[in-house]
Order: sequence, then C-alpha cells, then structure tokens
Amino acid sequence: MLSFTFGPTNLTALASGALLWPAESLLCVSDLHLGKSERMARRGGSLLPPYETRATLEKLDLDLERTGARRVICLGDSFDDLAAAEGLDEEARLWLTRLMAGRHWVWIEGNHDPGPVDLGGAHRAEMTLGPLIFRHEGGGMGLEISGHYHPKASLAGRGARPCFLIGKSRLILPAYGAYTGGLRAEHPRFDALIGPGARAVLTGPTPLLIPRPRRS
Amino acid sequence: MLPQALTIWFETQGWTLHPHQTAMLARARDPSALLIAPTGGGKTLAGFLPTLAELGPAPPPGLHTLYISPLKALTADIRRNLRTPIEGAGLPLRVEDRTGDTTYTQRRRQRADPPHILLTTPESLALLLSYEDAPRMFAGLQRVIIDEIHALAENKRGDQLMLQIARLATLCPGLRRIGLSATVEDPPALAAFLGAGTQIHLADPSPDPDIAMLVTDAPPPWSGGGGKYAIPAILAEVARHQTTLIFHNTRAQAEIFFHNLWLANTDDLPIGIHHGSLSREQRERVEAAMTAGSLRAVVCTGSLDLGIDWGAVDLVIQVGAPKNVKRLVQRIGRANHRYNAPSKALLVPANRFEVVECQAALEAVRAHDLDGEPRGPGPRDVLCQHLLATACAAPFDADALFTEVLQAGPYSTLTRPEFDDCLDFVATGGYALRAYDKWQRLLLRAGKWQLRDPRAAAVLRQNLGTIIDTETLKVRLRRQMGGLALGEIEESFAATLSPGDTFLIGGQVVRYEGLNEMTVEVTRAPSKNPRVAVFSGSKFATSTLLTQRILEIFQSPSWPDLPRHTAEWLTLQREISQLPQPGRLLIESFPHDGREHLCIYGFAGRNGQQTLGLLLTKVMETRGLAPLGFVASDYATLIWGLDPVSDAAPLLDLAPLREGLEGWLAGNAVMKRGFRNVAIIAGLIERNNQGSRKSGRQATFSSDILYDTLLKYDPDHLLLQITRTEAMRGMVDFSRIEALLTKVEGRIDTRRLTRPSPLSAPLLLEPGVVPIWGEGRERMAADAARELLRAAGLD
Repeated sequence: MLSFTFGPTNLTALASGALLWPAESLLCVSDLHLGKSERMARRGGSLLPPYETRATLEKLDLDLERTGARRVICLGDSFDDLAAAEGLDEEARLWLTRLMAGRHWVWIEGNHDPGPVDLGGAHRAEMTLGPLIFRHEGGGMGLEISGHYHPKASLAGRGARPCFLIGKSRLILPAYGAYTGGLRAEHPRFDALIGPGARAVLTGPTPLLIPRPRRS
Repeated sequence: MLPQALTIWFETQGWTLHPHQTAMLARARDPSALLIAPTGGGKTLAGFLPTLAELGPAPPPGLHTLYISPLKALTADIRRNLRTPIEGAGLPLRVEDRTGDTTYTQRRRQRADPPHILLTTPESLALLLSYEDAPRMFAGLQRVIIDEIHALAENKRGDQLMLQIARLATLCPGLRRIGLSATVEDPPALAAFLGAGTQIHLADPSPDPDIAMLVTDAPPPWSGGGGKYAIPAILAEVARHQTTLIFHNTRAQAEIFFHNLWLANTDDLPIGIHHGSLSREQRERVEAAMTAGSLRAVVCTGSLDLGIDWGAVDLVIQVGAPKNVKRLVQRIGRANHRYNAPSKALLVPANRFEVVECQAALEAVRAHDLDGEPRGPGPRDVLCQHLLATACAAPFDADALFTEVLQAGPYSTLTRPEFDDCLDFVATGGYALRAYDKWQRLLLRAGKWQLRDPRAAAVLRQNLGTIIDTETLKVRLRRQMGGLALGEIEESFAATLSPGDTFLIGGQVVRYEGLNEMTVEVTRAPSKNPRVAVFSGSKFATSTLLTQRILEIFQSPSWPDLPRHTAEWLTLQREISQLPQPGRLLIESFPHDGREHLCIYGFAGRNGQQTLGLLLTKVMETRGLAPLGFVASDYATLIWGLDPVSDAAPLLDLAPLREGLEGWLAGNAVMKRGFRNVAIIAGLIERNNQGSRKSGRQATFSSDILYDTLLKYDPDHLLLQITRTEAMRGMVDFSRIEALLTKVEGRIDTRRLTRPSPLSAPLLLEPGVVPIWGEGRERMAADAARELLRAAGLD
C-alpha cells in the first residue's frame, strides 16, 4: 500500500493495481477486460487459457476483503466486449453477484463496453464524487481519475509492470485484468496527458513510487 | 543415363564424375537415400544428376524435383550453379527458387505453372503445402532433395520438414527422397530421421586435415574468452595465408575480437566481420568482398558454418574451445573447399582450461571421433503447428493423418494418445478446467477436422515456421536523412543503455543517443571501454564426448603434448589436491577472501553446471548454509558462502535436487523464454510483429502472463509438458546432472584445502556470477526507487 495526495484527497495505490479512497471507503479498478479469451476465440483467433476471468475476480475478491470497501467503481473496459459480458459463465456471474451484494457498485462505460450490462449495479458514462471525476479515457476537465491506457513501467532490470501515473490534475490507473498488455509510461502520448513532474507507482509484491520514466 | 548433350558438355569442360556421383546416378530408383560426403565433394550435383538424367532433352511439363536448403542464400547460389551445366548442354529445363524474397507475381505463377526444379526452404515449403491447391502444384513430383540435412536435423526446422515430406509422400505416391549431409557421427540415426528404409551412401572421406594448436609466446590467461592475447600471432598467420576465416563461438566475442584485431592491424590487412546480428546489407557487402577475393580474413560465427563455397579460403582459425567436435570438423572443412585437398586449421584456446579442451578436440578429430547428443523424439509443438497448417489446406481425417505422421522419422515412435493430445490442443485448447464449447478452432464435420472459421487460415499461414527470433531493435547512425543501418541488438540489451553509453557493433564503437520509434540511434564515438551487446542463447555447452576426453587427459602421468605452462598447472593440481576422474565426483572446499568456497567438478556442460549451482544453493539455503552466490563453467560450479561446508556429499542426493528442480523450474525465466517459443510454434500466441509494437497499442501482452496463468490453473497442460521436456535437455540440461550423479553413485571425493586449488582458480575470475537473493531483490528495488525520487527532487 502506498498513500499519496491527489488534489485535496488522500488516496492509496494498492500493489494489485486497485486505487483506494479511504475517506469514502471506495475501491476503484480499471480495465478488467473480463471475457477476453472468450472474445479472441469467438473471432477465430487462438484459444488462450480461459482462466483470466477467474484470476481477475480472485484478485478483486481479495482486495475487497482486505480493504472492506463499501463502494466500487469499475472504470470502464470491465468486459472485453458486450457479448463477453453476456457470455460470462454461471460461476463468474454468481461470483460477481456475491461481490456486488451490499456494496454500492458503479460500472463506468469504456470503449470496449459502451452500453449497460445485465449484471446489476449502476451504469454511468462518467461520475463525479466530491472533488474527483471518474471517467474511462482521460483528457477532460476537472481533477480526473481514468484508465484506458494500461500504463506500465520497469525499474532496475525488472520486467515491466503495470503502473499508476500520477500528475497534478490527472491520475491514470493500471489495467487490473489478468490478460492485459500495456503502454510504456515513457510513451509521448502521456506527455500532454499527465503533465511535467509526474510520478509513477509500480505494482508488484510491494508498490514502488518513482518519477515517471521519460524518453531520452 | 545422362542426356548425351550433358555428357558431351562435361567432356568439353574436362569434368569427370566422382565415384559417389556415379553411385547416386546408378541408385536413382531407391525410394530413400542419404549421401554423406565431405565439404567440397560435389554433393549437390550428385543429388541433381538423376533429375537431369530423368528429365532428359525433352522434359514433360510439371514439377519433377524439389530441392530444400536451410539457407535462402544457398538456393540462389545453387540456381546459378545448376544453370551452368543446364545451359551449357542446352537442356530446356526451368529451374526457379522460391523463398521469402520471391515476388508476389512470381509466386502466383509458380503455383499455377510450376518449374521442373523448384529450390526452396522448409518455411516456404510449409506455406506452399498450406494452400488449397497444394495437391495440384505438387502433382507428379518425383524427387525431393534435402541439402545440409545434418544442420536441419539439429533443430525443429528439420522436424517440421520431415512432417512436410510425409505430407508430400501422401500427395505424390512414389516420391523419392535424397538427403545430402556433411560428415556426421551417427549416419544410421540421420538415415532414420530421413525415413525408414533409407540407404546410406558414404563418399570417400576427405584427407585428414592439417590441424594444430596455435602456439604463442605469451601463455593464455587464466580465465575469460576472446583470445585477445593471441592477436599478434593470428595477424601473422593471416599475413602468411591468402584468405583466413576466424571463427568465434559467440557474436559478442567476435565483436570484441574484431575490435581488438583492428587496433593491432598496423599493416592494414583488409579484414571483415560477419555474424547474424549485422544488417543484411553489411553481411552481403562482406560476402561480396569475399567472393571477389578482396578480403584477407573474416571474423565470423556460426553464420558462416554453412553456405556458399569460397574456394580461396586456405586457413580456418577457431578462437575459443570448439565445444563440439562435429562442428569443428565442419568448420575446418571451410578451408580448401576443394575435393581431396587437406584443410588447414588452427585452434586458439582462450584460457588455460581451454588448452586442455583444444588438445582433447585435436585428438578427437585425428581419431575421427565425432560427438552429438541424441535429440529425442520429434517435439509436439511442431506437430501442433503441422496439424493447423494441414487444416488450412483441406479438412483431414485423423486416422489417416496419424498414419502419415508416423512416416516422418522424428515422429516414428509417436503414440496415438500423444497425437490425440496435440489434436485436442489445436481443436479445443486442451484445457482441463474449462472448455471453449462454442468456439473450437477445429471442428469435426462428416468425419473430418476443419477450421471453424476459414478466415483464420490467413493468420495461421503468417505464423508458420519454427524459427523464433528474439525481440531485436535496429541500430542506425543518427543522420538527418536516416543513417546507415549497422545491425540489430536485443531489446533487453537496449533497455539497459543510457544516452552516452558506448557499445560495439559491426566492429565499430558507437554512442547510444536515443530510441526513435523502434530504432536505436547512435553516433560514431571512439571509446576505450565500450560495452558489448549481449546475445542470449548463443552459448554452447561442451559436448559429453569432449568432457570425457578431457577427463582422460587428466589421468595421464605426464603431459608432453601440452604446452609447458598447462602441464605445470595440472601437475600442481595433482600435488595440492587431485585431478577429477571419470566415474567419480571431486568436490573441493577452501577459504578465500573471507568467504568459504565449494567447487564441484561435474563436467556437465555450462547449462548443466549452472542448473546444479541453482539447485545446490537452494538446498544449502534450506539447511542454513547461507550461500551468497555461485558461478558455473563447462566443468565446474563454484559456490561461496559464510560458513564452511564440512560434508558436501549429502547435498548431492538426487531426490532432493529433483524436488528442488520442480519448484525452481516453475518460476524460472529460462522456462518462460522456452514457453514463449513453444507457445508461438504450437499456435497459442502469434508472433510479436513489429507492426503492432510500433503502433503502441496496448493490446498485446506478454507470454509470461499466460505461463503464470497456466501454471496456476492447469499445470499439466500440453504446452507446459513440452516446455518442461525441452528445458530438461536444453537450457536447464538437468539430464546431464542426472546422468552424472547416477554414474557416480556416491563415489564422491571431498578435499578440504587451505587455499584455492590450481584448477579452481580460473573460476574465481569467471564472469557471470549469480547472486542468491530472495527478499533482497525487492529491498534493493525499493532502495533504487528512493534514490531516483531523491535525485528528481520528488521525495
């Protein structure tokens, strides 16, 4: 766990890639991409190990249990596409229902899942809570928390790991799903988005805070 | 018989056929033949003569002979060489090559109207066979010639090729196969690889080579590689000969050597460098200069093991111990590439231990004793790819295809359950816990397996082949208009570079300026201490045969054949400790530099000794023996720690080592790299192509994630089984450790010394130390992160 301030709020980056807002008992995760292997198979591609939904839900289950969060925001691309959401097997549906029970749960729309899914919870294009605005793809107004880009970074010879990018007014979450690649934190696309002086928090066994890596 | 026009043309050229060429002509009707002939023996012509005889002066249209070579460059060269007699005799034959470089229009025409003789590579053949019109294109094919089959038989390209030949044999009943090989240790094994019932033809052996160790005034250093000490002597040899090939075992060593050679080359002898990581233009320039005879020497690696004949080469120098006698003999054959002329070669040991290894290699060459590790049955990832490729061409019947696959030499012992596992994997993914009920890749319809989505064929074809490239980045000189391409470095090495770092490539020292898109930009910058690009997987382990011969040399009472410095070193070892013996295991322990050391002389090859080091330190940690690190060579593993190990023998119990192996293998980077290769070949993941990396999309994710997921939820999955089997033989090489410990059966000699023994001393200087850390790794990363924040003023 690594705590930092973002605007007027105190937030915590979890080693798993989830963001905790303790004052609101809120857990935010982005880009779960549930059902990804199913979607690839449907399109005639290779048959990846069909275990990523289980792996992602196990991780989320553990984070909810540890933090005791009462509110959850899934920041878009929760499902690899809308058909993948419908195609979830019975086990995954029941699991999700159990996690949602007794919690205030919001699905934010992403480019992969641009419509409501038949799983309960609230569905929003974006959402404002106190001083913060939550949307899938960053770049808008306000003190913003977003996902979409799957940032990742590496340090001292370790392989690249998903990371948080923390700027002055924008915070980008790593992808939380098991089968998700990433875009290097040094990619120029982040320059304007996250601004100068940004920091990164690497996920892993323990979260690590570093300056955002820059292109040489 | 040969067409009369050809016989006449041969006579006017003053050519007479060699006995093995006549023999191949006489036995042209044999269903399968393997010709083993020394380099320069006219093997390829021997393979083609029956084709020329059968086609005659009025050949019918259609494909008659398919020629397959491991190198694209070789197919073009053979086309030119064949043209000379065909055009000289005025035969109306069409000879064409087909490789990845062939134009689209020509490829289309070849499928519609094939030439008489088609020259190609295993990868291009895989593609041709995956098209729906393959039966039409190959209709009437009579002969298939596989050149340099010894090289193909060493890896998965050969396994894939044999599956394709089995396919061709089904399409073209009566197809005859001809394998052409350089000298190998086990001709019957190679014949079995080509197929059951293969007849072996042995050409007259070439005269024994003129081979010796290069004796220098300065003794070689105690450790390290590269042979820098011998540069003056090597330059003198280059000056004395017309053209010299200077072979190195690794690209990195070739780079350092070339750099140092150039610094010492005061006579400005024209010398070039050639290895697989240089840009194609760079390599072609060197090859052209060689052909034109304008180079006096080429510093090279395995990239010149095969290929075009350069008649002018009159000396081969092997720098560093040859590691493998067969490869050495084939390299020596590159000198005097003429029939019946002895080749001249010099061995240059890079360090003191390699003097003994070079001596062992010299004796083995003189005794015609060749090595080779049996490869085991055909790998199943290649079979998976073959099943997918077959489905691309047409729906198939599983029983018929299984019978066909058994005809391929490497798969002759495949069982039906093994075949069915592969079929299940390509059809359903083969997962134990959850199935793709709706989205199978192959479906069984009317008794035949076919692609569920025929559009998938295009992507499958793009991913055919068993050559897996490491991820590399191009290196270019920084210029306004796009500078000269110098070559490629591995992505992992590029990731360690910071602007201002200098490194060697193509013999030049360059300065890293930055990364632009997917290109490493550099400027020329002279520097005294450039870094050397690391190329993974290019280290060979010394063969079992050579290590056995080294152990035998150790047993002689004195060593008159060895240089004096080396003989004295071995004598000293015998006085202070003892020399390792065959069938026994020597372990020395001694204090040095404030640490306790343990040296285990297993002679199991670099990969095996490395694995032994990892497993032993694990066992030591569980027993509280606090190991701090280890280093491995081809002969021994040196482990150090805080406490002396009084009795090392119990550490070498096979059962706990085996147990440790299971646990350690799982999380190991070597396994993950192996898994990636297997997953690509078997069709689980597509090749990472430059296109998707360049676009910066976040869609692709690493194969490591799939590996971790499979290991957690489906540890017995087919691809994990294949990965484990390969690791045991290859990079992990536990099979050699197992063989060693079984043979030793507890006959372990432990010696307690007061200081390092002469034999262990080189290991104290060996690079490539592996530190042992568990928790420490995370702690060190945390320190690094703190330091970065502080430096950036963000803490």
